[in-house]
Amino acid sequence: MKQKDIEQQEKRTGWLLILPALLVLALVFIYPIARAFWLSFFRENLGTQLEPIFSGFYNYNRLLGDGRFWQSLWNTSVFTVISITIELVLGMGIALVLNQSFRGRGFVRTSALIPWALPTAVMGLAWAWIFNGQYGVVNDLLQRLGLMETSITWLGDPTRAMFALIVAEVWKTTPFISILLLAGLQSISVDLYEAHSIDGANPFQSFRQITLPLLMPQIIIALLFRFAQAFGVFDLIQVMTGGGPAGSTETVSIYIYATVRRYLDFGYGAALVVVTFLLLVTAVVIAAFLLSKSRVNLTGGQ
Amino acid sequence: MANISKAETTPKQSSRSLKSVFLFLGVFFTVIFCLAPILWQILTSFKTNEAIASIPTIYFPSFNQLTLEHYISLGLPFLQYVLNSAFVSFTSTLFCLAIGAPAAYTLARLRIPGENIILAFVLIVTLFPYVLLFLGLLEVVKFFGLGNNYLALIIPYTAINLPLTILVLRSFFQQLPKDLEDSAKVDGYNTVSMLLNIVLPMTTPALITTGILTFIFAWNEFIFALTFITRENLYTIPVAVAQLGGASVYEIPYGPIAAATIAGTLPLIILVLIFQRRIVQGITAGAVKG
Repeated sequence: MKQKDIEQQEKRTGWLLILPALLVLALVFIYPIARAFWLSFFRENLGTQLEPIFSGFYNYNRLLGDGRFWQSLWNTSVFTVISITIELVLGMGIALVLNQSFRGRGFVRTSALIPWALPTAVMGLAWAWIFNGQYGVVNDLLQRLGLMETSITWLGDPTRAMFALIVAEVWKTTPFISILLLAGLQSISVDLYEAHSIDGANPFQSFRQITLPLLMPQIIIALLFRFAQAFGVFDLIQVMTGGGPAGSTETVSIYIYATVRRYLDFGYGAALVVVTFLLLVTAVVIAAFLLSKSRVNLTGGQ
Repeated sequence: MANISKAETTPKQSSRSLKSVFLFLGVFFTVIFCLAPILWQILTSFKTNEAIASIPTIYFPSFNQLTLEHYISLGLPFLQYVLNSAFVSFTSTLFCLAIGAPAAYTLARLRIPGENIILAFVLIVTLFPYVLLFLGLLEVVKFFGLGNNYLALIIPYTAINLPLTILVLRSFFQQLPKDLEDSAKVDGYNTVSMLLNIVLPMTTPALITTGILTFIFAWNEFIFALTFITRENLYTIPVAVAQLGGASVYEIPYGPIAAATIAGTLPLIILVLIFQRRIVQGITAGAVKG
């Protein structure tokens, strides 16, 4: 009887302690998404004098035929897939380097944190300066290396602007992947490698047969985080290209922001939010499924 | 036997020196990759306008091509932006710890129904891009009349940092020895007083680790600051610097932008230099152990 009382009280205290956090999370995360679902069934724009008018699936119908939306979705996918792939390879390389013991390792680790810690919006300007068409250092270096005759425009050309954005994104976010992978690497026992090399395996075989499989949970977690962030990329593109030239680097998030803030089309903006949200959730569910599977494999293999 | 081992030393040694060459290249590349853009920005910030606009690019400016004018041109308003960012980031960090620590303790130690659902919810929420939230929040901000009020930033910043705070602190709380709390209970502490007087003091390092991360994230946030704050003297650093860049299309002030980049991120660079280890610990605890 007394045990039960204590449990009851613990439960009550637990709820009291967690309630403020849940309220704040609900206000900032749940309400806006729920509100977007609701608002997406209304037309609310300059045409309706910003009064909400119920119009069923009007916004979603419009979205199906909206070339600009599909273009932005394509741009987002290109940006996400290419930058994450490069980040993973590069991040793995840097993690392997940081995992070795050498003099000055502390300094190298600290440098690797710098890109992660700096504001994306601010460093986006730094990258715009680096890729400046007239005075940019990239142009100068390429000419000095004899790879180019004259300066070219980077941010004013569709493909090259996307390239510059991906470079900046990779720079900014590779450290995050490296840190996660490094933590995974450090948890792998050295004995495994020694035993493997006694069996006659070379370092590449060890990497494929020990490192990669044991690192799989960290890889998938890093990919999951990075996928969600890259899919919602805003700061970098807003600052570097604003989605231009001619919409060639406009991602879904830039389009959503322009729809709401520039065109004041709240109903359609809400529909865009809902669709992006659903796409993201689908991808996350798939990734979470893969993650649980890889964990099962790991325990099964041991 | 002796002969065999002698014959083996040569290839092993060469593979070792090959390895150290690779390692050196890897270290060299890592440092260049991470620091070059910021070093370039530092150099630009100290170059005169003529040196900045010179073709071919000047990598090693002479003494008379260096200047402090870009930093001086930022002037007092910039100091104001730094203070704004510091205030918003610091306040939201305090809120975040005050709300997040008790929640993390519940999830670590107290049994409540639906615990796993709450944890899953906290995990999923970390994946939301902020662009999905600003539309709904814009209405909330308007409804409460919070436009151009720091609460319009402090509340969202508290929220976006809560998941990380909860996950990191939860993993630290779980590592505490349970006996301690049991004996505190025998001594007559209730849960809240035990949390305040015993658990939190013991996890001060974890609170600092988490606080550094939330401070950095709040300092760097862009989209909410861009949307909810329109009065110039209330700008935070990311928005203030971005507005410098957009001030005029034809003549972009690269020198002042570079100076603003460095001056506006110096606090973060100092944090990284001092707390490198803690930051790494926090990132991995938040992502992997959750």
